Amino acid sequence: METEFTPLASTFGGLLIGAASVLLMWARGNVLGATGILTGFLSPQSSGDWSWRATILAGMMCGPLVYYFITGGLPAIEVPVSRASMIIGGFVVGIGVTFGSGCTSGHGVCGLARFSPRSIVATICFMAGTAVMVFLVRHVVGG
Amino acid sequence: MHLIVIFTTGLIFGLGISISGMANPAKVLNFFDVAGIWDPSLGFVMGGALLVTIPGYRLVFKRTHPVFSEVFSLPGTQLIDRKLVLGSATFGLGWGLAGFCPGAALPVLSTGNQDVLIFMISLVAGLLVARWAISHQARRHETGPQGQ
Repeated sequence: METEFTPLASTFGGLLIGAASVLLMWARGNVLGATGILTGFLSPQSSGDWSWRATILAGMMCGPLVYYFITGGLPAIEVPVSRASMIIGGFVVGIGVTFGSGCTSGHGVCGLARFSPRSIVATICFMAGTAVMVFLVRHVVGG
Repeated sequence: MHLIVIFTTGLIFGLGISISGMANPAKVLNFFDVAGIWDPSLGFVMGGALLVTIPGYRLVFKRTHPVFSEVFSLPGTQLIDRKLVLGSATFGLGWGLAGFCPGAALPVLSTGNQDVLIFMISLVAGLLVARWAISHQARRHETGPQGQ
């Protein structure tokens, strides 16, 4: 499935993601990592710890609704893979981000911005893993 | 006040994800398909985000502490070990299969899209299994030497 190259929208979206990350560090001193926020939400250390996580998750889910009010449509979600890939992929992502202590937002945006060596290594590893899998699926198995 | 700021932070993040195309598996997977139908957009998302976080974090870290908290909660460990490398690579393999990563999928749960929902349920299942395995291993490590 071909997709249109969207440098302006993608850069602008990226700027907002970055702004949110800076805002959370300024306000609470936390890394805006989806894995960390979700893990802490599922097994909170205290009620105060849970409430900010629930609040930021609620805010996140309202994002697409604001997008709807501005553009009149929901963000495009085109899925070029099978249901089975989605189920296995989700499970593998859950295992990987737990052992790797973070995902694209935590390591790729927040960690890289702090020039954390751990995050630099993690980002290289997951980008490489993704590229290998896409190559295997599209050009070895599928090709 | 604290929670209003936190809610707004989430809102900005979710809007950013929606605009950027990160929540669209077709676009994300095409970023990694350099040998096929390459779409470089995802690079612009990460670039745009770092353009703000690199100088933004520098400014924030000039403060002695965050506005609503006593300390900055930054990851304590500097360790680059097998767990980090293999875990991250595993995450990549899953991302390459599904096309969703956790931060992109969470906001668009509210769209009611079935694939996102299925991805998130599987993700939480994987997360819980991995946490169980880690704590199980830690417990065995603790009691192991005494048992032998």
